[in-house]
Amino acid sequence: MSILIIGAGPAGTRAAEVLVSAGLRPIVIDEAPENGGRIYQRQPAGFRRDPRTLYGFEAAKARAIHDVFDQLRPSIDFRPRTLAWNLRQGVIDTICDGKASAVPFAQTILCTGAMDRAVPLPGWTLPGVFTLGGSQIALKAQGCAIGAKVAFLGTGPLLYLVAYQYARAGAQVTAVLDTTPFAVKAAQAFGLMRGGATFAKGLYYIAWLRARGIRIAEGVTPLAIEGSDRVELVSWRDARGTNHEAAVDAVAIGFGLKPEAQLADLAGVPFDFDPVQHNWVPRKDPSGRTSVGGVFLAGDGGGIRGADLAEAAGARAAWAVLAARGLAADARAVARLDATLAAGASFRAALERAFPFPAKLAADMADETILCRCEVITAGELRAAANEALATLSPSEVNRAKALTRVGMGRCQGRVCGAAAAEVLAAALSCPAEQVGRLRGQPPVKPIPILPAEAA
Amino acid sequence: MRLQRLAETDRAAVSFVLDGTPVAALEGDSLLTAILAHDGYLRVSEFGDGLRAGFCLMGACQDCWVNVEGGGRVRACTTPLTGGMRVSRRIVQP
Repeated sequence: MSILIIGAGPAGTRAAEVLVSAGLRPIVIDEAPENGGRIYQRQPAGFRRDPRTLYGFEAAKARAIHDVFDQLRPSIDFRPRTLAWNLRQGVIDTICDGKASAVPFAQTILCTGAMDRAVPLPGWTLPGVFTLGGSQIALKAQGCAIGAKVAFLGTGPLLYLVAYQYARAGAQVTAVLDTTPFAVKAAQAFGLMRGGATFAKGLYYIAWLRARGIRIAEGVTPLAIEGSDRVELVSWRDARGTNHEAAVDAVAIGFGLKPEAQLADLAGVPFDFDPVQHNWVPRKDPSGRTSVGGVFLAGDGGGIRGADLAEAAGARAAWAVLAARGLAADARAVARLDATLAAGASFRAALERAFPFPAKLAADMADETILCRCEVITAGELRAAANEALATLSPSEVNRAKALTRVGMGRCQGRVCGAAAAEVLAAALSCPAEQVGRLRGQPPVKPIPILPAEAA
Repeated sequence: MRLQRLAETDRAAVSFVLDGTPVAALEGDSLLTAILAHDGYLRVSEFGDGLRAGFCLMGACQDCWVNVEGGGRVRACTTPLTGGMRVSRRIVQP
């Protein structure tokens, strides 16, 4: 019976490497046309930038992941351009170029990665507003900036990294606006120093931007993105309470990352609210094994830990798969991976505390702000539904709110608005965000053409 | 807003048709890149709140759907441009 790896990023690549070394031939599925995941995304054929230009300080890691994968190709069944859209008992349903197939598995390692976590702002649906990750992909995979004058707004390490990458590539970076005050980051300095090179790189990006006179503001409150049919202006309030604005034609926004964990959800893996990363995270043991037989998790899809730990977690989960198949594990390799994962955890926790999700910004969003961009539902509509539910029904949670308001019912299935919707609802119900729960996953995890689905 | 090409601009030219008008793009462009480098939107929101130009660029948000003649409704960010494609940005009835 097959082993199915979903996702050919750093976690999936290292998982495949371990399985192949044990003489197995895993199936590796990725929605993208190429391996590498989002972090080490490969540019299309015909593009000629070198790894150093594309991946900066991470060039060696990107090259290593690509090289390993290229060497593995003859030994694995790689299925690119393939969406894994459902997971049921022992079967993953896929679609590739319009053709559906049901792929049975004995074990699967879900390496489904992460996406940007958004906080809806007035004007965030205007053309010219993209996620931080998306802005990075535009540059990395297409050689493009999202606009001629770009503001970077949000919080997290990616904020400074992408701003730096843009400025280096010749884009005009108008402002970097961080919702986290300096003091919050400084308070984590000790924990962050355990990150060594990763921490040093973060400081380098900020220093580089400052040295070039690029405006950086910390502790800001975003006010609005304005324009008619396109971005023209971004406004914010600084830490002292003074309002500012800047003329821009594009804004990159992002407030940390959230796991793309829909397949784990469909598998029936229980989720826990992780208060440090402020995310719902599928439950797994340190090896990546879940309580659902045959289902293993690795990489950011199983909780945000970053690309380096994704590699270790991918390899570790593969060893767990081998154990589940009754095959011998390399105890020293396993011990080394466990040590890497344990050591990385404290740095990751400090990083999350240094750039906390601005839950209050989400909870306080104006009634008129479009919360759900798929269905164009405002925060006010969700609040009204919450108040109504309070009067008639209890307890209230996000899936009930979804039924009443259609928040999270659109094409993205709440990927984009779900985290913020929970904050709005929790504030309206005067309870902690974890108490309103999380939007349940539904197959298909992304829209698919209906005919092949019927044929499956 | 239009996407600004900062690198890799020496690729071969390809052309496609956007809302009936021929548009020049480059080989290796995604449909999203080809359209947004030319004109700053991808679709009109069905709910009357204006234009959209995608959001996540990684196939998650589903906010970049356009119509391709003969190919139906596609996600512009993950669809490679091919020469001669005929693309429409009108409101899509599902």
